[in-house]
Amino acid sequence: MLYPTTFTSDPFALMRRMSRDFDRTFGTQATAFPQVNVWQNEEAVAITAELPGVEPSDIEIMVKDNVLTLSGERSQPDLGDDAVWHRRERGFGRFRRAIRLPFDARDDQVEARFADGVLRIAVARPEEDKPRRIEIKAA
Amino acid sequence: MTTDMTTTEKNAAETPETTRGGRIYRPLTDIVERDGSVSLMLEMPGVTPDDVDITLDNRVLTIRGRAGQSRPEKLHLAYAEYGEGDYERSFTLSEDFDPEKVEAGMKNGLLTVTLPRAEAAKPKKIAVKSA
Repeated sequence: MLYPTTFTSDPFALMRRMSRDFDRTFGTQATAFPQVNVWQNEEAVAITAELPGVEPSDIEIMVKDNVLTLSGERSQPDLGDDAVWHRRERGFGRFRRAIRLPFDARDDQVEARFADGVLRIAVARPEEDKPRRIEIKAA
Repeated sequence: MTTDMTTTEKNAAETPETTRGGRIYRPLTDIVERDGSVSLMLEMPGVTPDDVDITLDNRVLTIRGRAGQSRPEKLHLAYAEYGEGDYERSFTLSEDFDPEKVEAGMKNGLLTVTLPRAEAAKPKKIAVKSA
């Protein structure tokens, strides 16, 4: 991988690119929970996350400026002392993820739904943030 | 936000593809035994209770789940960490389970299957009488 020696408009672009290559090589993102998919277009951003076995009341979504934070807890089922584990693959405990949005969102424009272990968050882009077309007037 | 795609952590099962075009994943499972019954807890996010298919054939318990699409309308995928697809996993059981008494429940994308040990297979205590 070649890196440009001169900075263009963004002085941190090089740093970000290097960090991304590092993540890709060593897979530091693999342990993050929950796994998220981000969908977007001009009008809105949608975030979907897989949270199987989590109660909707245990999930907390917060929006501050352009950062959406998803946190909560996966509680371990109460099985009693005499339970014998044969196989244990699922994880439990507190989780927290921050997702950067491409615009500043207000909390009244965030909508979240939870069904069958899949969380869907829709964030609408505020009207003042949308690109406006400028009419060219005849001189 | 980056537009790069990343690989998912979910394990794809050996069965390659479905006729619906999606991938098949192997659901993460906890197996715990208590009070004479074995409980399996499988993570199948995106699967409704109606789309789960559980079969017990010749000691092989097979669990299949068809996941719905979570793709929002008019939006394109900008960043992906997980893939969506169906779920499938098989377990080979010991002989002492009663197929009639298998129970299953689904809540928040978590499937719980309870298999009680057959009465006949439970150890019987034999009282020793004094002669």
